[in-house]
Amino acid sequence: MTEVTTTQSAGPETPGRPAAADHHPHPKEAARMTKVRKGRTRSIGALFVTPYALFMLAFGVLPALYAIYLSVTDVDGGFTPTANFSKVIGDFRFFAAARHVAFFLGIWLAALLVLVVFLAIVVHAIRARWLSASARLFFYLPGALAGASSVMLWLFVLDPVASPAGPLLRAMGMDSFTNVIQPDHLPLIFAIIAFWTGAGGWIIVMYGALNNISTEIMEAARIDGANPVQVAIHIQLPLLRKWIAYMAVLSLAAGTQLFVEPSLLSQASNAVVPNDYSLNQLAYQYAFDLNDFNGSAAISVLLLIVALVLSAVFVTKGGLFETEDV
Amino acid sequence: MNRIQPRRLVRQIGLLGVLSVTAVAVLSGCSSSGSDSSDGGRGFSEAKQDKNSTITVWVDATRVPAVKAFQKANPSIKVKTVTYDGSANGSNSFKTKMSLYDRAGKGWPDVVFSSQNNDASWATQGVAGKQPFAARLDKGLIPADTLSGFAKGSLNPCTVDGGVYCLRNDLAQTVLWYDSSLLKKFGYAVPKTWEEYQALGEKVAKEHPGYIVGSVGDTWTPEVFMWSSKCQANDVTDIRKVTVKTDSTECKRAASMLDTLVANKSLTKLSVFTPDFVKTYTGKVLLMPGPAWFAGAIFNNKESLNVPKGRLGVAAPLAWDGDSAVAGNVGGGTWFISSHSKNLANAATFAKFVTTDDAYQVDLGPGYPAYAAAADKWVQKQESSGYYATDLSGLTSAAGLVWDGWGFPSFSQEAIWAKTITPLISSGKSIEDNLDTWGTAIKNQAKVNGYQVND
Repeated sequence: MTEVTTTQSAGPETPGRPAAADHHPHPKEAARMTKVRKGRTRSIGALFVTPYALFMLAFGVLPALYAIYLSVTDVDGGFTPTANFSKVIGDFRFFAAARHVAFFLGIWLAALLVLVVFLAIVVHAIRARWLSASARLFFYLPGALAGASSVMLWLFVLDPVASPAGPLLRAMGMDSFTNVIQPDHLPLIFAIIAFWTGAGGWIIVMYGALNNISTEIMEAARIDGANPVQVAIHIQLPLLRKWIAYMAVLSLAAGTQLFVEPSLLSQASNAVVPNDYSLNQLAYQYAFDLNDFNGSAAISVLLLIVALVLSAVFVTKGGLFETEDV
Repeated sequence: MNRIQPRRLVRQIGLLGVLSVTAVAVLSGCSSSGSDSSDGGRGFSEAKQDKNSTITVWVDATRVPAVKAFQKANPSIKVKTVTYDGSANGSNSFKTKMSLYDRAGKGWPDVVFSSQNNDASWATQGVAGKQPFAARLDKGLIPADTLSGFAKGSLNPCTVDGGVYCLRNDLAQTVLWYDSSLLKKFGYAVPKTWEEYQALGEKVAKEHPGYIVGSVGDTWTPEVFMWSSKCQANDVTDIRKVTVKTDSTECKRAASMLDTLVANKSLTKLSVFTPDFVKTYTGKVLLMPGPAWFAGAIFNNKESLNVPKGRLGVAAPLAWDGDSAVAGNVGGGTWFISSHSKNLANAATFAKFVTTDDAYQVDLGPGYPAYAAAADKWVQKQESSGYYATDLSGLTSAAGLVWDGWGFPSFSQEAIWAKTITPLISSGKSIEDNLDTWGTAIKNQAKVNGYQVND
């Protein structure tokens, strides 16, 4: 069995234009028409892209540039290229926070990459239409509880006194909320919360991507004698590569910004979960506790660099920017 | 297969960069603004005053009656009330919002109530040439005879480098609460020293398991036990200097006592504000060292322990053998006047009213007033209710016994204890063995907050 290296077409074919074999316009006229058509296409494209570009500029690029400016200046606006970075890296909380985020990311991304793809392939393989649809709805439902509200729900789930999973938690030796949220449990807890909230949406995305694989390829594989596992490994996984990379990049960006979960748990646990647990929280502490916006910006820039580098790896390995020959 | 052309990508990024830098420059240019201020001789630069302007007051939900009482007594003064969380549970809302207003150069409220009593440590310090938020009060804004009427030591959290920058709303001195009926039933006497308290806890564990003599489940555990033992973990000796010494006899004796009583379960690891605590210990709290506000928040509260009338007694702070008795402190709100206020006169009238006037502090205030004259009347009112089994002289004496070797730095001791010691207690580890861990955490936090640390 050989791996399929063909990439699926990005969009549908141009609908039913007759082959214009009997019409031969003058070459000059044809060139002019092509130019006009291209110009029109570009204008429409620009029209669609402009709002996105403007919003990205206003709420993405400009704040990032302002953060870069703050990170290399002091409180009086003087140029200090490294001072803020060495200050925050020298902070006793920095590497602890980086380690927390790295552990969380490691668990969460691994769970996403493996379980989401696995579940999507399993759901896709279900023949019964109602069962497949029900499974997708079941996976998607937790995602309906967005951000903070899902953490609020988990605050109850994690408290052995109030939780429906209380007997299970007590059986694991955790008889109080403080015992459940011991420091070494936190990366796993945050990963479970994030997975529970976000995985369903990604399963639907992967399901859609699996639907996009042409039936001819799947049939050819089956005729060649491939079983479902071989089809998954040699056909579906390679063709999902871009989507997996896409999921990894977006999840990585979201994961490095871990903030809501530890912040709410910190409030709920009366600071047993520290309010400087993650790098984003530490940046927040710099800005609003120490009143040091320059230090805060330095942490943000460091996060940006790490996220960009890792994203570049995923993009390159996943071939996310590869386009088809036109 | 085509890839995005690097040169085109670089051109596009370059264009975005140029546009962005231009926009940043424009935005930066917009941020500078002029000021219209003068030195009014009160120790800070004053905004142009408008005696008819509305004063904006920030309060938490509990302090809303204070504003209503003021409006009733002063109908001619226009007040706009903004309710916020009062910076409760270390939310830092007060500080966060003021930092943003500092950057914007506008938006500050005229008067702010905060439930955190260490706000003066930052509100009196300007950053990047900005004027500090807190107005100095002892240079004419609040009369000297009003300031001298506050209980001894009660304005310590408001005093920075000799200047007074806020008014204390209520005191939160620690005392020993007890159930007189239970003590009588079991044949125990009220302890007078911490040694007697520990011995009683050991007795209770053996003779009446399930009953407790206190809790270590809350973030203010160090403020109740370590502060009362004169443990020098948090001695602010100057604006940005702190002495942290957690290996002293005073720290060890308190930690050892907590270890013993936690191990025999006569001190619970549950927070007094959890449903589990109420469920497990209603009718089983024999003793409870804690702040003055425990009376209303825990004991005389239908949602909590709901101790019946005539049972709750209060004793003065306990002493360690051979040492004088001192009290700790857990909170106690403060009122700030903004140095940016355009109506300092009315802001001062408001702050003075809510902290000293009987119409709020005696008639409506839930906590022990920091203003001594109001406190006397408040105590009389509480005693005349017939709820308590004893007089409240224990509270009054504790008010003047708060140990001044525990300071009010800009960082939270409660948060440090919560993240370093609470998980250890919860997992059955010794506090005494981890005093150095606690000390190191305090020192680290102090350093990043710009404090010079002395061991």
